[in-house]
Amino acid sequence: MITLNDYLLVSGLLFALGFAGVLLRRNIIIIFMGLELMLNAANLSLVAFSRFGIVNGLPNYNGQMLVFFIITVAAAEVAVGLAIIVALYRARQTTNVEDLNTLKF
Amino acid sequence: MSPILFWIFSALMLGFGAATILNRNPVASALSLVVSFLGLAALFFGLDANFIGVIQILVYAGAVMVLFIFIIMLLDLKAEQRRQINIPALLGGVAIVVAFTAQLVTVIRSYKAGNEPFAAITPNLPDAHNIGMTLFANYNLPFQVIGVLILVASIGVVVLSQRELK
Repeated sequence: MITLNDYLLVSGLLFALGFAGVLLRRNIIIIFMGLELMLNAANLSLVAFSRFGIVNGLPNYNGQMLVFFIITVAAAEVAVGLAIIVALYRARQTTNVEDLNTLKF
Repeated sequence: MSPILFWIFSALMLGFGAATILNRNPVASALSLVVSFLGLAALFFGLDANFIGVIQILVYAGAVMVLFIFIIMLLDLKAEQRRQINIPALLGGVAIVVAFTAQLVTVIRSYKAGNEPFAAITPNLPDAHNIGMTLFANYNLPFQVIGVLILVASIGVVVLSQRELK
């Protein structure tokens, strides 16, 4: 029997994967993909809680609404973020974050 | 959702998620990310959230990934060269991730209410209808605000991609 905790565990592992991608990778596009993985992990736990908090046979739609808004904001974020990456690449010809150290003390 | 399907799709999602951050080639990473998102959409369908599953496929596996692959092709990124590995940074990153995962597992283990099985759901749930009713009745203002956000984002993208930033 699959319980809520199984979904939370899978969602937590996916979040940890995205987190590891952000911390360990040096390619700015892969870091961005790690961010997407973390957003999706949050979505999975929200939908699992929405299905868990069932009232009169209907899932709790507030959780699914939040997922809807997260997906919309994530799409806008990807568009702006990738535009910034392209502008950065034009200025510096690199996507490696270790080469972007102008502000480093 | 039957346990076998749940574990298959979870393994698919986590495996390709790991492939996303381990691949050296950005194109391979992006394609692994698509499969990971499809596995996640299957989990959404298993949770009877059909509408969310469909927009997950349309928005993420469709629009967002096309954007990623388009940018990778536009920048003409090759597989990364092997670099000198920064040992302290690598160890620090792995330690933080392991500590985070351990903490998370401890918290989830201690959550007793989550061990009860999911309650039964209405068969043939009119999911899109219910979501539409909730969205336009209870979440009308956030819905319009999100429209403004997308407008701002699209104007921002146009401004950012000008040749000369002023």
